[in-house]
Amino acid sequence: MGRYLLRRLLQLIPVFIGTTFLIYWLVWSVPGDPFAGKCGERPCPDSYVNMMTEKFKLDEPLWVQYGNYMQNLFQGDFGQTWSGRPIGDIIATAYPNTLKLAVVALAIEAVIGLAAGVLTGLRRNGFLDNLVLVSTLFMIALPVFVIGFVLQWVLGVQWHIIKPTVSSEMRISELIVPGFVLGSASMAYIARVARTSIAENRRADYVRTAIAKGLPMRRVVGVHLLRNSLIPVVTLLGTDLGALMGGAIVTEGIFGINGIGRQVFRAIVTKESATVVSIVVVLVLVYLLMNLLVDLLYAALDPRIRYE
Amino acid sequence: MRVSKRATSAVALGAAFALVASGCSGSDSDGGDAGASADGAITIDGTQPEVPLVPSNTTETGGGAIIDWMWTGLVEYPNDGGAPRNAVAESIETTDSKVYTVKIKQNTKFHDGTPVKAKNFVDAWNWGAYSPNGAQNGSFFADIQGFGDVHTEDPDGAEGPQKAPEPKAKEMSGLKVVDDWTFEVTLAAPTAVFPTKLGYSTFMPLPDAFFTQKPDEFGRKPIGNGPVKFVSWEDDVQIKLTRFDDYTLNDKLKIKDVNIKLYQDDTAAYNDLVSGNLDFQQQVPVSSLAGDKWKADLGDRAIQTTTPSTGIIAFPIYDKRFQNAKLRRAISLAINRQEISDKIFFGSRKPADSWANPLTPGAKQGNCTACQFNVDEARKLLAEAGGFQGELVMYYNADASHKEWMEAVAQQVKTNLGINARAEGVPTFAVFRQNINAHKMKGMYRAGWQQDYPDVENWVNPLYVTGGSSNDGLYSNKDVDALAKAASSAPSLEESHAKFAEAVALIDQDVPTVPIYFGGQQSGHSEKIKKLELTNVGELDLSSVEL
Repeated sequence: MGRYLLRRLLQLIPVFIGTTFLIYWLVWSVPGDPFAGKCGERPCPDSYVNMMTEKFKLDEPLWVQYGNYMQNLFQGDFGQTWSGRPIGDIIATAYPNTLKLAVVALAIEAVIGLAAGVLTGLRRNGFLDNLVLVSTLFMIALPVFVIGFVLQWVLGVQWHIIKPTVSSEMRISELIVPGFVLGSASMAYIARVARTSIAENRRADYVRTAIAKGLPMRRVVGVHLLRNSLIPVVTLLGTDLGALMGGAIVTEGIFGINGIGRQVFRAIVTKESATVVSIVVVLVLVYLLMNLLVDLLYAALDPRIRYE
Repeated sequence: MRVSKRATSAVALGAAFALVASGCSGSDSDGGDAGASADGAITIDGTQPEVPLVPSNTTETGGGAIIDWMWTGLVEYPNDGGAPRNAVAESIETTDSKVYTVKIKQNTKFHDGTPVKAKNFVDAWNWGAYSPNGAQNGSFFADIQGFGDVHTEDPDGAEGPQKAPEPKAKEMSGLKVVDDWTFEVTLAAPTAVFPTKLGYSTFMPLPDAFFTQKPDEFGRKPIGNGPVKFVSWEDDVQIKLTRFDDYTLNDKLKIKDVNIKLYQDDTAAYNDLVSGNLDFQQQVPVSSLAGDKWKADLGDRAIQTTTPSTGIIAFPIYDKRFQNAKLRRAISLAINRQEISDKIFFGSRKPADSWANPLTPGAKQGNCTACQFNVDEARKLLAEAGGFQGELVMYYNADASHKEWMEAVAQQVKTNLGINARAEGVPTFAVFRQNINAHKMKGMYRAGWQQDYPDVENWVNPLYVTGGSSNDGLYSNKDVDALAKAASSAPSLEESHAKFAEAVALIDQDVPTVPIYFGGQQSGHSEKIKKLELTNVGELDLSSVEL
């Protein structure tokens, strides 16, 4: 187990260097001079462009710029935006907001998705099953921004149940609707995966044995059936945290949340390589660590899986 | 001009559909209980300033609006767009339009309590002009004598390997402090419009505290001399301002706190406005204009106004194909501007019929004869010009809502003239402007102009004079240059305007660009606000707000 963990952690290093370079290179090759559109319908004065070029060493070749960036990164310095704001500050304010939103979304999709999956998996072809099938189909088919705008308009503007945008305090109660919107598609997938998995294992030998032993149904489902059926769901949930954080840009925009999506979008448009890389690097780390966590959870859920 | 930096992402484009899909019509709002008191607070819409708030370094609307609120210049522009009047200045006097004596009022203060003195203006201008400081608006000081000594040009442009030489001097020789309340400005050449320019944000004074710290540090906690002072700035979330109680000029605030919420998406702001959580939005989203939905949502709180800006399609005159004035005139005459105004903008932007926006002092209405719609004349001119070979592409930046009207123009040119015309989007404003600045456009392209200061001069010199800062199509006509020069150096504004009218008549013959529409603005406010006015450029006039 310890050696497995160490091996997995060491694997992070090449992945980390590879992704940072790839992203740095990609943003660097986005066409457009970062200062060309800066001063509106007239070109910026040469003196301004020169000062910025000098300050950010933009006339150096790509690998020198990347090397400088990595060198600073290892000293804990993420660099600066064109406007001179430390990128570390942006990460410190934007990440917690996105993480909070993603965790709320994850919790909502896990609870609702799993409940729907278990109920329909046990009683297939009933009314509830059909209802869940149709509603999940609907949720998967509708783009996130449609669900977001409709809920914002109906709940916020028409019925005044919520405020249309989230305040800067980011209270959990304000995040329920945005979280639901963000997690809606995944929620539908989780319900469907859980339903299939439960329905399949429902006919497994160990379930029949447990029922034959005379165990109460609650225990059969809650302990024996659920635990084994959770593996595909956990895989989905684990990788979903990263996907939710990275995909939160639309939801953040609709509900006015100051998260990483907005920052990445702004940075890509203005060619701020350092900002894009810094934010994405943290996102990559989230992905990698969540994957590791999921793999470790397999062993806990299924005793047949062992790591060495 | 200032450029809006609101990201118009896919989110905004989806809005129209979503709102239709939810089947909503008019909405009532019960938000905003009217607390008509002098301690009232309002929350208004804004965008994150791109750079720290230093007046001579801000060129976009998000930071520009805040600077306009936090500072008061020597002169100010009345909301009706008329001629400027003295604000901090007691008097601005000249006999020859070359040497100006500026006396300032003795009782105005910066927000840190220090008095506004003559040297605060002189030092601020010298700082903005000094090229190693790299101020984005540095070239605005070019009228002043000695500008060339403090602002050196890069011999081979910013792209080239050579560096700009160190300026000879740190201060412009044309600026002299006479005493605490008087200074003298000597211009390189007589310029009648100079006092008009002084209300533009670049010419604001800076307190002594600015010069003892780094500009960026100052810009994060700016100190101005206007009716509101800075409280706090939470990046991408909000900027808080409050009334400056020691303000002595007459545009004092009737409310106390102003909270500027920094939205990334204008639809989010609009929904906050409609549900009563936001008190003012300067421009409602495009999606709400369809079918006049915004008027249904806001009722009598919807404000339709015009702004001194013009949407233009420019010719790259450096391209051989566009060097025949008859061809340019033919294309301009083939465009039905009224139809575009009605069908695409639902009447919110008016068809352009003059070269300078008619809201501008000195501008004449209807002096663009090339702006008429006359297909027969257009076809005749096109035949005289020998037709147009190949494809005519009209470029626009696809990251803002220009697609519809650009495509409509291209279609009209195609139908009416039989030219193979089409519109093509360039992904981002940055790439778009880079090609324009480098004079590498392969077809006509969208441009726009919003005046920096209210005078017709601002609509001619930057756009149509050889070497003008935004004359990107490289249009050049010696007679226009001579007239514009004479107009700029005329001893009085009346004479200057008369000369500019002559220059514009020549421009009208050459058709270096195609004016399409005059800017319109659709704003909205909450029920909490009982009274408000908009400034000459469409920003909220904070001092007019009553709750």
